[in-house]
Amino acid sequence: MSTSTMTGKRTTATAATRRPLTAGRVGLQVFLIVVSLLWLFPVLWAVINSFRDYAYTAQHGYVSFGGFTLQNYVNAWQQADFGRTLLNSAIITIPAVLLTLFLSSCIAFVVARFSFRFNLVLLGVFTAANLLPPQALLIPVYRMFRSIQVPFWFSDSGTLLNSFWGLIAVNVAFQTGFCAFVLSNYMKTLPREMYESAVVDGAGVLRQFFQLTLPLCRPALAALATLEVTWIYNEFFWATVLIQSGEKFPVTSSLNNLRGEFFTDNNLVAAGSVLVALPTLIIFFVLQRQFVAGLTLGSTKG
Amino acid sequence: MTITNARTAAPSSGDRAGKRRRYRGIDQLGGLDRLVIILMVVVPTLLLIWLVWFPAVGSVILSFTNWDGIGPLSSIKFIGLKNYVDVVTIYPPFWPAVQHNLIWLAVYFLVATPLGIFFAVLLDREIRGTRIYQTAIYLPVVLSLALVGFIWQLIYSKDQGLINGLTGSTIDWYGDPRFNLWAALVAATWKQTGYVMLLYLAGLKGVDPSLREAAKVDGANERQTFFRVVFPVMAPINIIVLVITVIESLRAFDLVWVINKGRNGLELIATLVTQNVVGEASRIGFGSALATFMLIISTVLIAVYLRIVMREQR
Repeated sequence: MSTSTMTGKRTTATAATRRPLTAGRVGLQVFLIVVSLLWLFPVLWAVINSFRDYAYTAQHGYVSFGGFTLQNYVNAWQQADFGRTLLNSAIITIPAVLLTLFLSSCIAFVVARFSFRFNLVLLGVFTAANLLPPQALLIPVYRMFRSIQVPFWFSDSGTLLNSFWGLIAVNVAFQTGFCAFVLSNYMKTLPREMYESAVVDGAGVLRQFFQLTLPLCRPALAALATLEVTWIYNEFFWATVLIQSGEKFPVTSSLNNLRGEFFTDNNLVAAGSVLVALPTLIIFFVLQRQFVAGLTLGSTKG
Repeated sequence: MTITNARTAAPSSGDRAGKRRRYRGIDQLGGLDRLVIILMVVVPTLLLIWLVWFPAVGSVILSFTNWDGIGPLSSIKFIGLKNYVDVVTIYPPFWPAVQHNLIWLAVYFLVATPLGIFFAVLLDREIRGTRIYQTAIYLPVVLSLALVGFIWQLIYSKDQGLINGLTGSTIDWYGDPRFNLWAALVAATWKQTGYVMLLYLAGLKGVDPSLREAAKVDGANERQTFFRVVFPVMAPINIIVLVITVIESLRAFDLVWVINKGRNGLELIATLVTQNVVGEASRIGFGSALATFMLIISTVLIAVYLRIVMREQR
């Protein structure tokens, strides 16, 4: 059992294959396969049924095979107005992520680059904000947004309530803390001598920030961007309470349109769910490394 | 000149004050640079104060008033602790909501978190296909909790759900107050387990491998190695996972909101706050008292979390 650990190298595939197959190993593999299938099952079940005709499943029951169709996707797309809601999600998510990353880079840069006495306090104030339950802040935010008048070219509702900008601002405020924390940890690992030579060369703070720090933080920024796109795209609470007209709902909160008052076609809901999940699933499979890195950068120092 | 002076002076004093002095050389700023730095700090801070800290204080203040949300702010009267007394004594959904939040926390703490840690420990070893297993278990992490609610509806639905289809029962898993909290918890645990596993895997990667080898040389088996060596050195991660467990269970909102807006067996403090603000009856002071309960609990936890994180920073 312990032969491979003698090399001191972990996670090497060759070491694992060379090991003899014992009952324990086989048991472990079987256990893990069962767990994995169990975990994948709800998603697979939704995907399979999203391709099935409602009339067929109603007649034969769900535990059956057949009745495959693409019609649910067509219907879901039209009924939940996914063309529009996906665009809304993009209008909210893209500026929110860019602003979050920019503002948190600013804070992180100052905290990491200059040893101000309060930088820990500052970071604490930002990180704590990320952990407060949003519902606890709802009342003042809702009231403020309702009473703040803005020009109609800025928001056609005349207030920050029911406006993309209001929602973007809230998302940025809540996400900046986490990103600032991760980025400042990352920036602290950059060598100080780099800034020293930059100063000697006469580079001001702005040039140091844009031409030295930000390019060097590209891996961390990529990881955080992946994570934040997923989170803000998935954001449900603020979108539900701050957006009131149907035409402005982002895609996550528009899924309710697929549920009827008295009757729900679950195959249609499944198709809608798959459509909503698709962007995040693409991120998951294509940018998995970035996603995981973003999540774990925050909890560990590495 | 200043740079070299500051640098040579530094090594003599190893404390933090000395550290500051050492870097003063490149931290000396001109007028423009000073302005840039002030802007870099002030702009994000103002946004945060406006949308997070001011509302947090606002919630606490409003909880002591009788504001109905209609009259002008000048009509606000302070009524002391009346809202809190009312919440605790004459608001029927409050105690069920507290109970549900506690059950939620218990399930996260006793099921999702240990399960996530267990999977992480299993998958951290060299096993064939570990990446595939990891991917399967944390796939739900990228889905929103609202979407999780919709996906599980295919399993729980009364007439079209998988469970009833297989067993022939006619239970409305999302609707029946005897079952719906547990049904929601299974779905939430499905997601939370992957999240904990991911955090813990990252933590395990950071454990010095020589520690394990030393334990092995001393004749410890794998279980002993984990509980006596690895688990204790992971103390910071353990506490972060613990705090995240509690905070996520306080935030459990999206899932129950998409099921039935938090009624009929699925009341949570978060849904009560929301119902009191955006619902038909807007009772601001009352809702704020509920919000303040949430704030107090989370503030304690955040303080714990920050202490650990900040200690790590130094």
